[in-house]
Amino acid sequence: MTTMLSINNLHVSIDGKAILDGLTLDVPVGEVHAVMGPNGAGKSTLSYALAGRPGYEVTAGSATLNGDDLLALEPNERAARGVFLSFQYPIEIPGVPALTFLRTALNAQLKARGEAEITAPAFLKLVRAKAAGLKMDFDMLKRSLNVGFSGGEKKRMEILQMAVLSPKLAILDETDSGLDIDALRIVAEGVNAMRGPDRSMLVITHYQRLLDHIRPDRVHVLAAGRIVASGGPELAHELERGGYDQYAKVAA
Amino acid sequence: MSLARAITTGDLTQLPSRRDEDWRWSDLRGLIRVLPAPSPAHIGAGTPGPFAGLANREVVIVNGYGPAAIKVAAGETQTLALRFIAARDAGAHVARAAIEVDAGATLTLLESYEGEGTDYVVERDLAISVAKGARLERVIIAGDDQDAVSVSRADIDLSPGATLAQTVLTHGGKRQRLETHVAHPGAEASVRLDGVYVLGAKRHADLTTVVTHAGANGVTDQLTKGVVNGQARGVFQGRIVVSPGADQTDAKMGHHALVLSDRAEVDAKPELEIYADDVACAHGNTVGALDDESLFYARQRGIPEAEARAMLIGAFLGEVVDRIEHDGARGVARAWLAEQLGTRP
Repeated sequence: MTTMLSINNLHVSIDGKAILDGLTLDVPVGEVHAVMGPNGAGKSTLSYALAGRPGYEVTAGSATLNGDDLLALEPNERAARGVFLSFQYPIEIPGVPALTFLRTALNAQLKARGEAEITAPAFLKLVRAKAAGLKMDFDMLKRSLNVGFSGGEKKRMEILQMAVLSPKLAILDETDSGLDIDALRIVAEGVNAMRGPDRSMLVITHYQRLLDHIRPDRVHVLAAGRIVASGGPELAHELERGGYDQYAKVAA
Repeated sequence: MSLARAITTGDLTQLPSRRDEDWRWSDLRGLIRVLPAPSPAHIGAGTPGPFAGLANREVVIVNGYGPAAIKVAAGETQTLALRFIAARDAGAHVARAAIEVDAGATLTLLESYEGEGTDYVVERDLAISVAKGARLERVIIAGDDQDAVSVSRADIDLSPGATLAQTVLTHGGKRQRLETHVAHPGAEASVRLDGVYVLGAKRHADLTTVVTHAGANGVTDQLTKGVVNGQARGVFQGRIVVSPGADQTDAKMGHHALVLSDRAEVDAKPELEIYADDVACAHGNTVGALDDESLFYARQRGIPEAEARAMLIGAFLGEVVDRIEHDGARGVARAWLAEQLGTRP
């Protein structure tokens, strides 16, 4: 089985403070892996470091996507290679309509890959189809990106962007936070619709409930900046019963 | 004391200096050691202006020479391009014009300050009256040269029920002051007073406004936004005076700026002086950097950094441009903004 994402002994600091402390993790092509962990374990740091957020300093280790060194690339270059991060707290951008933003992003990625830009009619057709699948009101996409959107609408907007950009590796950072049960189901259906043999996903979550909707192939426990346990989907249920405390000792 | 007086008399002690509270960020006396020679006379323009094709009437004032009185008769509707050109051979001059908008008339005034020359020193003075129930929308593109010094001053006298909507767009000059003084009668008259500045290199622009509400029931809505880069300096001085008796005045002032480099600077002084009762006055002033989180978000989606910056800055400033009512002028303003930011409109 080919590996999509390979993280080896990754150390990441923010403002000189070590957050990730030798994290090692492989996600094979076509698989969905969950990373679970307590608050402060480094879950968001992992997602931001993979996406290339400034200020997240990699002090040691490596991360590759299909064998390419991710860490040497600019955030937009990583995106063009197929890395998509669904933000825990999606950003509001006043004055930029969601449709304009998304089309700019898609065309930038196509251009970076040496492909032709998408025509306006083809783009609208694509977005209409994906928005309908997520039960989103198309008119909402004419408004400024995420401005005045509810928490659920923002998360749906993230999944819509993911569907349109069609990444190779999707990182979902706490996608369940702020969602009621109906919104959670719609978002999870959107994510599940994108599962496929060519795409990998890293689902980062504190709670097990998201994993009832997005069934992972593997579950990893992140504590104190390292993966301290890995197993099948049943591991998520064990965590739900036993809590994260049992891993505090392992990490120490 | 004014630049105009210094130019007409040749007496440099007439120049406003940093000791004058209203000029402390736009010192002229320390800047101008010698005035250039008086600008030679010219008639007419050789090139089309930035609003070409939008107006049904054009008035051109070159090096201070041209028609000085403009009138829009009662009930008429006009779109007027008013071009102040500093020609290639411009030195020092004062350009003056007076505009009367009679009762019930509507004037769209598309003003351009066109610097064909380089190190000219000019003052442009406009006296505008807007009669009862008349409407004036003024859109100004101040296209001064990077080595030019200019003061442009408009004194606008509003009658009851009159409407003034103004948008100033500028990329600055060596030292550039854009002043608007509005005599606001209250009395259902309404004012929108907007500005956009995009400054790079060593450019300077000073947007100074004074609105004096003399009577009850007037509205003023002011929004100015700018970005400064390089070693540029942006200045915003907004004063709204609500005189005794100007009750029920509704006044709003916003100034927001992005500082994109360590050596660029923005100085802002919003002032609300309220001497009346039962008024609704609000002001907001922010000066900051481009939001890092928004920038990272856009880049994470695949948009390269330079393009993401231009997109975010364009959206920030676009809010002001979108308030321009005249469709053609709004289009020109959008294109102007895109040109300043190096993006597609």
